[in-house]
Amino acid sequence: MTEVTKKRTCSLKFKTWWRKVVESTGIEKFLATIIAIIAGLLFGLIVMLVINITDPFVAFEGLGAILTAGFSKGVKSIGEVLFRAAPLILVGLSVAFAFKTGLFNIGASGQLMMGSFLAVFVGIKTESWILALISGVLGGALWALIPALLKAYRNVHEVVATIMMNYIAMYSSKMLIEWLIFMPIHQQARPVPTGGQLPTLGLDKLFNFPRLNSGIVIAIITTIIIFVLLEKTTFGYQLKAVGFNREAARYAGINDKRNIVLSLVIAGALAGLAGAVIYLVPAQGERLATKHVISNYGFQGIAVALLGMSHPIGTMGAGLFFGYIEAANLPLQRVGFKREIIDIISASIIYFSAFTLFFQIYARRFINKMRDFFAKIKKKPQLATAEGVEIETLPPNEEGKEGGQEDDRK
Amino acid sequence: MSYVIEMLNITKSFPGIKANDNVTLQLKHGEIHALLGENGAGKSTLMSILFGLYQPDEGTIKVHGEVVNIKNPNDANDLKIGMVHQHFKLVEDYTVLENIILGREETKNGFLTTKNARKKILEIADHYGLHIDLDAKIEDITVGMQQRVEILKMLYRDAEILIFDEPTAVLTPQEIVELMDNMRDLINEGKSIILITHKLNEIKMVADRCTVLRKGQYIGTVDVKNTTVEEMAEMMVGRKVSFHIEREKSEPGEVILEVKDVNHFNDYLNKNDLTDVSFNVRAGEIVVVAGIEGNGQSQLASVITGLRNVKSGNIYLNGDEITRKTIRQKTLTGISHIPEDRHKHGLVLDFNLAYNLILQTYFTPEIQKYGFLKFDSINKKADELIERFDIRSGEGRKTPMRSMSGGNQQKTIIARELSRPMDLVVAVQPTRGLDVGAIEYIHKQLIKLRDERKAILVFSLELDEVFAIADRILVMFEGRIVANLITAETNENELGLYMSGSKEATYDGSN
Repeated sequence: MTEVTKKRTCSLKFKTWWRKVVESTGIEKFLATIIAIIAGLLFGLIVMLVINITDPFVAFEGLGAILTAGFSKGVKSIGEVLFRAAPLILVGLSVAFAFKTGLFNIGASGQLMMGSFLAVFVGIKTESWILALISGVLGGALWALIPALLKAYRNVHEVVATIMMNYIAMYSSKMLIEWLIFMPIHQQARPVPTGGQLPTLGLDKLFNFPRLNSGIVIAIITTIIIFVLLEKTTFGYQLKAVGFNREAARYAGINDKRNIVLSLVIAGALAGLAGAVIYLVPAQGERLATKHVISNYGFQGIAVALLGMSHPIGTMGAGLFFGYIEAANLPLQRVGFKREIIDIISASIIYFSAFTLFFQIYARRFINKMRDFFAKIKKKPQLATAEGVEIETLPPNEEGKEGGQEDDRK
Repeated sequence: MSYVIEMLNITKSFPGIKANDNVTLQLKHGEIHALLGENGAGKSTLMSILFGLYQPDEGTIKVHGEVVNIKNPNDANDLKIGMVHQHFKLVEDYTVLENIILGREETKNGFLTTKNARKKILEIADHYGLHIDLDAKIEDITVGMQQRVEILKMLYRDAEILIFDEPTAVLTPQEIVELMDNMRDLINEGKSIILITHKLNEIKMVADRCTVLRKGQYIGTVDVKNTTVEEMAEMMVGRKVSFHIEREKSEPGEVILEVKDVNHFNDYLNKNDLTDVSFNVRAGEIVVVAGIEGNGQSQLASVITGLRNVKSGNIYLNGDEITRKTIRQKTLTGISHIPEDRHKHGLVLDFNLAYNLILQTYFTPEIQKYGFLKFDSINKKADELIERFDIRSGEGRKTPMRSMSGGNQQKTIIARELSRPMDLVVAVQPTRGLDVGAIEYIHKQLIKLRDERKAILVFSLELDEVFAIADRILVMFEGRIVANLITAETNENELGLYMSGSKEATYDGSN
């Protein structure tokens, strides 16, 4: 008897949870994002078809290469996806966090460059990956502090200030690298000794991908921390209040200036962490080079945050997705395409995700249809047609919910 | 007399709410027909249906006796239905003329030509006495003039049926009188008007008949001549509304708020906008600061609550100096603040209802522990306040603030501010834009707090409000307090003289 009721309440609990999921706007957004991704991939296919107008088969081969990039070589591919996703998630979080608190951090690149320089420098000098990682975080945070102070106390728009900081970061890091940790033969920074590299936690062996390291673990933990910070704490409440309506926050006694500084500094710290994760890689990882180019990661971060709708968990998903199609690079080149195809597809996905609201309407319709469909299947044996019709026409409101729950109990 | 518009048995549902339930509205030729209802009663929905923005679920619309299907605003335009929206739809950077012809531009060889349009508009303006400078930019003219542009826009499009959506909400008393005259002129020229409003005295002033809605239901249509304001109010709210709130004579106790020689400097105008302001508010009294808008009331309220800093002078609460304390400190020492601009200061529109209700208390042990929000307490508190202050919304505590009606947004602020411990309430235009039911409610709340021996300081622009709740009246003119009057010993005329600066008394801040 008790077991039966237990089972019943358990299934009821699951059903109410499931119902909550179905009713929530989150699932709409998720589906809409999926639609955007599909649209982007289709656009990529069209581009590949146009390039290879004589041999359409190659285009489909290319699409296949993209779609299977994450598992064509088994765990090794998964390892590569995770490896590529880690910095994307972190830099995406940097932009998303700023977005959520009402700021547009276009300077993630600069913060990332300063973070990575400091991380590599400290990694080389101290051979301690923990110190290197912390230095990376500090580097990004400090670099964001300047535009943050300007924004809070002088109302200088953060977009202008952070763009300028990007250029300053580009030249400063070049100068610092050449001065302190340069290896002239390779025109890049010295390699970070093993002690300064991120631990692999055995992930490299597990996935048979030597460059895979704890970066992905750091990214996931950071995502969770940022999520909790934003959604569950008074600190996040304050940051969002200031971001949404600075005047109302001030009226409520919230120190608006301090909170603006903190949100941009935290965003900078995340970008700096991303920089550390990129360059503290074991086994022939990327080396800090001295080029007159602003790191592309910051702009990719904007794309990741956009696709993830600035939600920390969404950003993690988007980071993994971009990591996935980045992993398609080599397979695509093998089929004969340039790597720029990937960038075109990424860009068009972002483009299509601007239609999210539009897609969301379709997603909601689709969800409702599926729900009605399942409700009907369940109803059939009882032949309660009159009620069935009613449920079909009910909008997703309170009445609908209650009615639906009763049905489930039957 | 024939009906020009008939909306018969209109029903329109939105998820979770029936905005219109079997509503009927019949507009006679040449009448001003008022559509009366509280905020959220379904007036706007009904008019949006007539204007083609929504499709009704059930019911028919007839224009001149013929059933029509209005699918979009263009159809409505073709049927000669025009609407002046509450928030004007004008291009700020364009001139009056450009705004009027927008969408109906005439071109010659591909170039814009305005000669004919200018002639036609001038004719219309002359005909109806709606004089205006056609070459002035919208951003440079007054709100009353902007409304005139909207009216001209309708007339330029040959509208016969004019819908005015809360037209007086943004106007000064003089502009309101002018608008009423214009509306009468339009009727005399054979137009028909639907006037959406919740202001009963305006209906009494101009309307012929009045249809009342309440919570989406059709309550009835009455002849304005034969109906008293009280009867209409009762139809609208569903219960007797007392315009005169019964209350005991106040017995002021100890001084709660003392303002001494306060000056505030305005950087933009480069002069003082508060000059040597001194007064006090005692426990158990309601002091209302009256005055014409822009005579320093906003500044005075914000220096007391901490949004601005004084140039010189002192402010004391319960005898302790609070002049330069932070807003948070002032909030905690016992000042509740109902701000003037509810969207700018009072609410975070992108937060939901529950989050807005904890805006002043999110850091207290009741709401958080170790920096983590206690969602159970937040929800419990929200539900309790929603119940106690009768805040109505589509999805309860989860409702996005942006989607709530103005009256319920204001109730949210009132619930938040009046539910926490305080000695002084500073309420700046607490009833602006609200309907009689909500106004009565807010006034009663303030009087109740007064009777609980709190000190209440209200800033009001409306004389009705001043006389309804004030125990004592302070009049502000050009940044100074020019009169300190006991409500029972003064009248609107005397107050008007002080407000316009024609009369001035010496007031040293004591009472």
